Formats: sequence, C-alpha cells, structure tokens
Amino acid sequence: MTGEPLIQLKGITKTFGTGPAAFQALKGVDLAIDRGEFVAIMGPSGSGKSTTMNILGCLDVPTGGVFRFRGVEVQKLDRDQRSLLRRRYLGFVFQGFNLLARTTALENVELPLLYRGESKGQRREAAMRALDQVGLVPWADHTPAELSGGQQQRVAIARALVTQPDVLLADEPTGNLDSERSVEIMELLTRLNGEGITVLMVTHEEEMAAFARTIVRFRDGLVERIDRGARAATESAV
Amino acid sequence: MLGTSILLALREIRRHILRSILTTLGIIIGVAAVVTMVTVGNGVTASVQEEISSLGASNFIVFPVRTTRGTIRAFDEADVRAVEQQIAGVQIAAGNVGSTGTAFYNGQDWDTRIQGVNNAFLEAQSITIEEGRPFSTDEEQAGKNVCLLGTKVQEALFLPGTSPVGARMRLGDVSCQVIGVIAERGQGGGGADDDDAVYMPLKTVQRRFKGNDRLDYFVLKYDASYAPSAIQDSLVDLLRERRLLQGAEPNDFNVIDTAQVNQALGAATGALTAMVAVIASISLLVGGIGIMNIMLVSVTERTREIGIRLAIGALAREVRLQFLTEAVVLCALGGLVGIALGFGASLGLAAAIDVPFVFDPMINLVSFLFAAAMGIVFGYYPASRASKLDPIDALRHE
Repeated sequence: MTGEPLIQLKGITKTFGTGPAAFQALKGVDLAIDRGEFVAIMGPSGSGKSTTMNILGCLDVPTGGVFRFRGVEVQKLDRDQRSLLRRRYLGFVFQGFNLLARTTALENVELPLLYRGESKGQRREAAMRALDQVGLVPWADHTPAELSGGQQQRVAIARALVTQPDVLLADEPTGNLDSERSVEIMELLTRLNGEGITVLMVTHEEEMAAFARTIVRFRDGLVERIDRGARAATESAV
Repeated sequence: MLGTSILLALREIRRHILRSILTTLGIIIGVAAVVTMVTVGNGVTASVQEEISSLGASNFIVFPVRTTRGTIRAFDEADVRAVEQQIAGVQIAAGNVGSTGTAFYNGQDWDTRIQGVNNAFLEAQSITIEEGRPFSTDEEQAGKNVCLLGTKVQEALFLPGTSPVGARMRLGDVSCQVIGVIAERGQGGGGADDDDAVYMPLKTVQRRFKGNDRLDYFVLKYDASYAPSAIQDSLVDLLRERRLLQGAEPNDFNVIDTAQVNQALGAATGALTAMVAVIASISLLVGGIGIMNIMLVSVTERTREIGIRLAIGALAREVRLQFLTEAVVLCALGGLVGIALGFGASLGLAAAIDVPFVFDPMINLVSFLFAAAMGIVFGYYPASRASKLDPIDALRHE
C-alpha cells in the first residue's frame, strides 16, 4: 500500500437528465477516506449525499471527475467490472434491510458467496462466522418475517461482512429502527470498525452520526464541512 | 453456478407452486397432447397393420357386390380356374366360402367360423400348418370330411398336451376327422381371427354347409415382376367378359388391392399425425408465451431481489442465467408432467379404443427437450431484461 487514501474523490460531478431538465446533483466533490475510518455522511435531502454514496458503492458512475478506489479509477470501469469490485471489496447495508423474503437468515448471509464460487461447506462456515459476529447464530434458520427489525438489520450486516470486505457502506442503516435498536446497530458498526473495517454511513440523525469519527456534511451538491474526531467528542461527553 | 441456479430455480418454483402449475399448463397440455396422439397414433397404425395382415398375404381380394338391380352374382370355382390359367403373372387364385357353426368334442363345445378353402388358399394367405398335414388332392376333389383347426379351437376343445390330429369331432351335424392344426397367427383385435376357425376343403363346406357351389370371394397372388395395374386390368376385363357385362354396365364385383389399402391407410395416419403436430405446436407456442409472460411478472416482482443481487456483486450474465434457468426448469418440469399425463392418457385411450399401447421413447425424449428449449426461447427476453436492471433503481423499487 502506498500513502494513497483508500478512497479518493476529485472534482466529482453528477448530472441527471439532459437539456433544460438536467439536474446537477454533485457540483465538484473532493473527498479522501483512509482505511479504517468511520465516516458519517450527512446533509439535507437533495444535498447529494445519496448520490455520493451510490458512487462510492460503485453502483453509479460520476458524470465528471475522478474516483479512485484502491488506486483503481472506478469511473472508467464497466458495469460488470464494478460488480466484481463490489463483490470483492464492498459490503452493503440498506435502510430497508433488503433481505430476501422467505429465505433463512443463514441463506441470506450466504448469498454474496454464491457469486464467488465457494463450496457449500465454505459458504456455510463463513456465513455462520458472520452471524456470530452480529450475535445471531441462534436465529440462523429464521426467515426475515420471523425476525425483529433490529435483528433483520443485523442479518443484513452479517451479509455485508461475510465476504470480509474493505468497506462497509450503510445507507441510513437505522432509518427504520427505534432509537434503542438504532443504538445497538451503531454499537455493532463501531465494534466492527474497531476490528479494522472501513465504515461509510449516510444518516440524517445527529445522534447516529455522533458514533462516526468523521462527519462529512453535504449541501447543494458540495461538501460543506468535514468534522473530524466527532466520536472522541461524544465519548468524552458520556 | 449452474447447479446452484437450478436449486434456486426449484426453490422459486416451489414458492409459487400454484402459479408455476398454471403457467406451465400450456406446456403440460401441449406435451401431453403430442405424446398421447403419437402413442395412440402408433397404436392405431399397429392395429391397422394387423388388420391388413389379417387380409392375408395375397395381393388382390375379389368379391361380388350388389348391383343396381339388387342381385348378387357369386363367383364359382370355374371363375377362379379361368383367372389362374388365363392371366399372365397370376401364381395362385383360390376361393373361400365361410360359414359358422358349433364344434363339439368330448363334451366340450365352441362356436367358431368354418372356412371352406383348399391348400392353394392357405398358401396364398401364408397360413401354415403347425402339426399334421394339409388336405390331400383326393380330399379336396371329393369334398371329404376332414379339417384343420385354428389354435383357439384346439385350446377350447382339446386338453393341453394332447394332439387333436386323428381325433373325430363334430361340426354342427357334420362329423369330421382332424388332420392338422394351423400355426398361430396371433392377430387379435378386429377383423376375422384366423386362429378361431375350422378349415375344411372348399367342396366339403359348399356341399355340407351351403348346399351350392358359390364362393364368397377369392384371393389371388401374382409374380412380383408383373405390374399390379396390368394384372388388375386383365382381371377386370376377364371377369366382365365372363359375367357378360356390356360396355356401360358397372362392375358387379370389387377388387381390393391390399398394397393400395396399406398405402391409403399410411397416408391417412400421416395426415392425422401432421394435424396433431400443428395443433400441439400452437398449444406449445401459447404455453411458451405464458411462460414469457409469467417470467416478466416474476422479474418485476423480484426487482428488489435483483437489485440486492447486483449490489452484492452479481454479474449481468449471472442474473440472466438465474432467470433463464428458472424458465428452463419450469418448462422442463412442465414437460415431465406432460409426459406423465400423456403416458396415462395414451394408456387409457389405447384401452378405450382397443388398440395396442406402443411406447415410443423417441417422442417422449423429443417432447421433453422441446419443452426445455421453449424455456430458453421464451425465458431469454425476461432474463435479459432482469440482467439489465440498474441496481440503484432496482433497490428503490417498491
């Protein structure tokens, strides 16, 4: 590894639509994220935080600018190449959990491994390990409908972890949970971050953002402010 | 990956079991129809061929028909002799007169057909003698009371393991001596059963059972090196002349060419099979469109799932393979159910219309592969649509 940050955005622009109806969601975003960081991305709706998250998650490509991930210029990759990046290095957690219905927790967690050509035994072992990390081993055979929201989100986190990714991208991970469950999820993410995984999270709740070490605030398609050491402040307040 | 895809597909199908069944109904019915019709068609063909073979090995069968005046003029032995001697290429011409009666032996009785024939007739029809001997010239000319038994008559009257040859049995009120048993023909089904008959010299039957010298019909066998049409023309000319038919008078007899009957029946079965193929193709096409429709519904329903798969790193072709596999598995299962249904239906139908059940492994295999191929054809577009979804939109889909 060189001294280069894990993730680097330079002059990222994103325009949706064309002609007079075109809407510029990002107007030149510069951001660098190092390995092991816990970053919360905040901002009012329409500020460009979700668009940035989609680009960081290699789900979308910028209209202009350079996005380097592990030194690779992602904006130059095609769809399938970005899929390969996601399957190897990224894990996703969504607001709506996005688990497969009528499929057990264990099978949900195994899903990403299906696309890595691992044997059934390897898949099972890795999935059980990931479920263990989120404390859901006893619930392995339950379907999402039989789990609480907090448990579902923990299954989703286990699914994101099972491939041992570099980065965990969480889009409003506590948006559908009550405050008690939210804190549990944030504590889990904090613990995982402590174990070395880089966490990027979009949220609009200050209490949740406070768990992050860095808060990036968006406004009108630009980074407005970056607060470092946010967690230290929270921890000292407790 | 393919194995996993198949497992996933099976799970998905099980999850929507009713929908899956309804969707594949078109395929099921199409395959069942093809299998049933082809199997029963084979049975009908086999049965028809059996029937034709019961006409015997002869080439022409000649019999009198009722004229417009309402009379029937039978042929007699003189006509047969004339045909045999005057038409070039004719090897055998032999008459037949039939009656029915009850055969009695040793306290047993059996209703059967009595066939008045000479050895020449047996030869023309390829009827062979299993045990005993054929009629002697003397027996044929004098009209002696001797007989040959069909195997069914033998089984009905004689104890197993005993030879009927030499026995004296009674046929109606005529006593006759058994001189032999004919080899089993095993035709069964419709038409005259050669095994359920007693054969006596032509003259014996004419004299003792009929009281006249008429023939019911005669058969003829010709040298294969002669053109059948030429023989038939000479035959008609000769018979018209002998029966004194004037120029415009229609024939008061009929000549059946067994080869022509065979061909005509073959053509009829062929046409029937072609028609069934067309109907089945339409049914399968409709079934295929049903598959495409439900796969499109499935892709829409599972947009979020596709989004999840794409987000966690599935390649476009992996998503496509998954949906394509699902369509193929669905169709293949439909094909299997269709084959099973077709098997049952053809078994039942064959029994109902009394034709043999002729299992045709080829049509079963072909229908199955065809059904699976339908999955590829009609599953490709929905699968390809699934693989092209944008992961962000797909994840947002409600």
